[in-house]
Amino acid sequence: MFGLKSASLFGDTKKLEREIDEFVDIVSEVGLVFKSIVPTYLNHSANGKFEEMVEKVKEMESKADKITKDVEHTLYEETLIPDARSDVLRLLEHIDELIGMYQGNCYHFSIQKPNFPKEFHQDLIELTETVVNCVESLCLTVRSFFRDIKSVRDNAHKVTFYEKESDIKFSALARRIFDSELALDQKMHLRYFVEKIDRICDQAEDIADEVQIYAIKRSV
Amino acid sequence: MEITILIFLFGGLFLGWSLGANDAANVFGTAVGTRMVSFGSAAIICSVFVILGAIISGAGTTETLGKLGAINALPGAFAACVAAGISVYLMTKVGLPVSTTQAIVGAIVGWNLYTGSSTNIQVLITILATWILCPIIAGIIAMGLFTFTKRYILNRKLHILRLDAYTRTALLLAGAFGAYSLGANNIANVMGVFVPISPFTDINISNLFIFSSKEQLFLLGGLAIAVGVFTYSKKVMYTVGNDLLKMSPVAAFIVVVSHSIVLFLFASQGISAFLQSINLPSIPLVPVSSSQAVVGGVIGIGLLKGGKEVQWSIAGRISLGWVMLPIIAAIVSLIVLFVLENIFNLQVSF
Repeated sequence: MFGLKSASLFGDTKKLEREIDEFVDIVSEVGLVFKSIVPTYLNHSANGKFEEMVEKVKEMESKADKITKDVEHTLYEETLIPDARSDVLRLLEHIDELIGMYQGNCYHFSIQKPNFPKEFHQDLIELTETVVNCVESLCLTVRSFFRDIKSVRDNAHKVTFYEKESDIKFSALARRIFDSELALDQKMHLRYFVEKIDRICDQAEDIADEVQIYAIKRSV
Repeated sequence: MEITILIFLFGGLFLGWSLGANDAANVFGTAVGTRMVSFGSAAIICSVFVILGAIISGAGTTETLGKLGAINALPGAFAACVAAGISVYLMTKVGLPVSTTQAIVGAIVGWNLYTGSSTNIQVLITILATWILCPIIAGIIAMGLFTFTKRYILNRKLHILRLDAYTRTALLLAGAFGAYSLGANNIANVMGVFVPISPFTDINISNLFIFSSKEQLFLLGGLAIAVGVFTYSKKVMYTVGNDLLKMSPVAAFIVVVSHSIVLFLFASQGISAFLQSINLPSIPLVPVSSSQAVVGGVIGIGLLKGGKEVQWSIAGRISLGWVMLPIIAAIVSLIVLFVLENIFNLQVSF
């Protein structure tokens, strides 16, 4: 009886480990797609490819949703990690929201088609890259929370670093937009997009702070 | 077997029940309290291994208790057990994790006082000394194991889920070892006073082995402990698991292992003989308190973490309980013996 239970316990454990790894992989991949989506959008000639990429992000988001639900069910049904279960689930939900933010940005680009003049392209691409780097560091932080608790702090520090970078780039770009000769409605429209991209970093930093607290709680 | 003998044995069974309800919770309390092991699994494993420990390794500590005061009449043994059981029940009511060990020793001394028998002071001092040593040794073992395990886990970089699975398995194994040690060390409390006056006779099973009267008594006591585990230990397990110090599952495992090692050390005739054979001082085979061992382990880990998280006021109350319990048991024992002799006209000693 206990032997069978134990075998199923280790089986569930391995399956869940794989699912959580896969979930973090998705966050990372969505980021990489997003990094290519912005330049692709700005380059109007490749609009077909842009929509294709948006569709890909949507698929990845659905897959992440499914994994979150699976993990949630298994953790509760098998009463695994009772002391850290609620923390892990909250963490996955917040990361899922992060994927949702990426997806939201893609949709907004697809629907509202903001008109970024060429002079802002490079700044917008750089801001996007910083945001994606920030989320990449968050992925490392999350992975270390699950496997190597000692590294959580170092990785979380990188998230904070990129978040500050992103704030600087956001402010500079917003200032340049409002200093330009564009009409006010267009300025506000562009600012909306820039701000929405920067917000991904804010969410990533909040999650990194959260992970650090969970890591302290998790210390044996 | 006469019905009166059975009634008297019930004194021991009552004490066994309270041992199961109270002391057995120490073995799985931290595991169940941290929700790593279900109460059902804990109760089954605990019962089986307590009985095994009692039958296989329960003889050593029983001998020591016998030296403290050889109760030579069934009503006297009954009185000692009932007095110990009542004392443990009273302390449990107040919410203090006490042990049948302290209660039965107090009750035996009470019987000695009442009947004018001499108390073997040397043995009494040995028992009292081990009670002081037991939580200290458990604490030291817990500190060592915790430091080693923590370092090992951090270096191995185990996934949180893998660690969880390993910890569950480890808690079950440590619990089984703990239950075995508890049975081996504490069966003397429950049935020790009945051994010299056992109503059973040896049973020869197909000339293969002899199921001695002592083992039959221990089996009966083990079953009583198991009933205590199933009927009353759940609440105590949650109390032990959560009150004194909020513990991680790994820390819970360390506490159970430290507790089990201490109980095993003080019950193992093999280790004692081995130490003697290499000219080292042997470990006295004394029934020690499982509550003291657990509390010692918990405080040891608390101290490693800086001591701030330990509820020292609760620890103080628990220590006071340890001092009070044998005294209360001795007084209750005197009262019960007086009642049995003067109201029921029973001979409590020969």
